[in-house]
Amino acid sequence: MKVKYFAWVRERIGKAEETVEPPPGVRTIEDLMAWLAKRGETYAYAFETPRVIRAAIDHTHVKSDAAIAGAREIAFFPPMTGG
Amino acid sequence: MTANVTIRIQQADFDIAQEISALTEGRTDVGAVVSFSGICRGSEGGETIAALTLEHYPGMAEAEIARHADTAMSRWPLTGVSIIHRVGRITPGENIVLVLTASQHRQAAFAAAEFLMDYLKANAPFWKREENAGGTSWVEARHHDDDAAARWTKP
Repeated sequence: MKVKYFAWVRERIGKAEETVEPPPGVRTIEDLMAWLAKRGETYAYAFETPRVIRAAIDHTHVKSDAAIAGAREIAFFPPMTGG
Repeated sequence: MTANVTIRIQQADFDIAQEISALTEGRTDVGAVVSFSGICRGSEGGETIAALTLEHYPGMAEAEIARHADTAMSRWPLTGVSIIHRVGRITPGENIVLVLTASQHRQAAFAAAEFLMDYLKANAPFWKREENAGGTSWVEARHHDDDAAARWTKP
């Protein structure tokens, strides 16, 4: 699946998107953040406070307990500040 | 007549008068147009701001704005909605966002414009980075923006 990062999540990780293949035990957004956080220091820094990070699956906002099965694109970002 | 709906995300500025004309042109069922413009301030909490840079999530931003426009049209009898959100670097005094709502009567247009702005602030995937004397920093989300959006879902 494709994973995208925005704003300071993107800056901390140092990339805007990548393709990842999490193992079967990674079922929810929360699981995916915990799994990504173990990929390295930059990821650990980006996901150090997972409760503040928002997520979207295929362009729709989801909560951290949402299942990721079947997702094509998952995005992680800070609370929005547009308008 | 069907409602006129315009949703754009662009770097360029917009012309408010031209956008209003586009909503009313060729129709005689519009009795009210409400216009809201969000403008870049030159200071925040006493700190001078040199510029804002807006980042968005292409694809989702358009989809999220379209969902909000659909919700507004199902709640109020609107003849048109235009939402234009700029991205990129914006300096104080420049426009950031435009929301126009048109209806036969003013009440629906006022309410829908406020609803749309509250929802855009809390849910549309845009992020502001601020340039100030100390360098650059991401603007933090405000709780009252979430509260403003939540009041529309209360019974």
